[in-house]
Amino acid sequence: MKMKRISDKSVVVSNKKMSFLEKIYLPAVIGGMITTFGHLFRKKATIRYPEKTRPVSAIYRGRQVLKRDDEGRERCTACGLCAIACPAEAITMVGAERKPGEEMLYREEKYASVYEINMLRCIFCGFCEEACPKEAIFLTGQLVFSDYARGTFIYGKEDLLEPSDPDKRIDVSKRETQEVISFKTKSELKHNKK
Amino acid sequence: MTIYILYKVLLASAILVVSLLVAMYSTLIERKVAGFFQDRLGPDRAGPWGMFQPLADGIKLFFKEEFIPNTADKFLYILGPSLTMLVALLTSAAIPWGSDFVIHGKVYPFQVADINIGILYIFAVVSIGVYGIMIGGWASNNKYSLLGAVRASSQMISYELAMSLAIISIVMMTGSLSMKEIVEQQKGIHWNIWYQPLAFLIFLICAFAETNRSPFDLPECETELVGGYHTEYSSMKLGFYLFAEYINMFISGAVMATLFFGGYNFPFIDRIGLSPNALAITGFFILMTKITFFGFVFMWVRWTLPRFRYDQLMRLGWKTLIPLAILNMVVTGVVILLNK
Repeated sequence: MKMKRISDKSVVVSNKKMSFLEKIYLPAVIGGMITTFGHLFRKKATIRYPEKTRPVSAIYRGRQVLKRDDEGRERCTACGLCAIACPAEAITMVGAERKPGEEMLYREEKYASVYEINMLRCIFCGFCEEACPKEAIFLTGQLVFSDYARGTFIYGKEDLLEPSDPDKRIDVSKRETQEVISFKTKSELKHNKK
Repeated sequence: MTIYILYKVLLASAILVVSLLVAMYSTLIERKVAGFFQDRLGPDRAGPWGMFQPLADGIKLFFKEEFIPNTADKFLYILGPSLTMLVALLTSAAIPWGSDFVIHGKVYPFQVADINIGILYIFAVVSIGVYGIMIGGWASNNKYSLLGAVRASSQMISYELAMSLAIISIVMMTGSLSMKEIVEQQKGIHWNIWYQPLAFLIFLICAFAETNRSPFDLPECETELVGGYHTEYSSMKLGFYLFAEYINMFISGAVMATLFFGGYNFPFIDRIGLSPNALAITGFFILMTKITFFGFVFMWVRWTLPRFRYDQLMRLGWKTLIPLAILNMVVTGVVILLNK
């Protein structure tokens, strides 16, 4: 009985005799060498990294930034939602109460006195950004730099917080799509109810 | 006489330094060329265009841990790379690097030793090269090293045959074994390549096999044998093996240029009316250009052709190249006889 083939796509191998030119391989070798020679003049794929960076999309998920509001106050209120959302459990924080006279520093009555992200654990999923009700944490187009010691990868507030100087702010406006903004501001939505 | 000896010592040291420098920078060029063939840029971090990369590599190799396996034969283990390096450097003695210098009416040949059996000397020395690899591979006491060494020795012996047979036709044409004499007979553009293209092709293929370069790099074949004969080597001993390969490349380029491409000769060599000393220097740079071209061809082929299988290698050597070389020899003989 003839075996039925699973697919009818099989091709009979051609065992055709090689001609003399094919047998001595030299034309093929020279052809190959011409091909490789052509590659010498091709455009190179290399990007010389520290001098040049690869363009990243506006919503690239790189290292996080802790945002300040327009008056330069920290937005984070240490609610801990980002830490709960984090699948890699990379975020820890310690909350503290705002004292009188610190209104210029912290937007809400509660703030994070310690805020740490372990960049070796972080998987840059962006759940912290999604979870944040205060628009305080965003992922950016920046990368986490390599280093020699593991301890240096635990980024504290001094690494994460954006500078208060208005000129040095990190622009995340492109990350706030219309859906995100309405999701975070629409008062009909349950999570925005006061 | 003292001046003569001093001159020879100076020349020998200069050639030693030049071949070491060339070998050093071949490593960089190899990586650059490899990069460009693969649409990359190659090393460019150490200095402009990676100029100091060979230095960095050398320093790295020197400071790496010197590891000698417990079961290795210590003496032979060290002898292996030393012998390879020594042999690689020895060959340059018989190569004429340029025409003679004339200083105060005295003739100083631009060649360390114009031996009347120059070719034989080079072949003799090159065939000692296999001992370095064999000894190193055996002394490592590692099956991969041993396999690599066995492969290297059988490959080099097989290809040496075809190589020497190809050269015999050149020797028959020139009637001399002296390198100097062979170059002098190729004055101007009467290069041997026009008369002996087949011999050149055979020689070129055998040169790849002799220097253990791809597509004949089976002795170090990293996909099957980890590192081949130098699997167990580290630090500068490994460096010596790798370095020797580049010196061998340089020397075989020089031999090819000398035997087939007129050595330091170039077209219209007599007509431009240079003084003997200027001519010697120009000739040297012409020769270096030719060698550089062959070095590039070595790299070009390496990044084009895949590695042979061992049986293919042996079949090519014994069943194709040797009969072809013999045929070439016989035809050359007949032609010489008819022209008498």
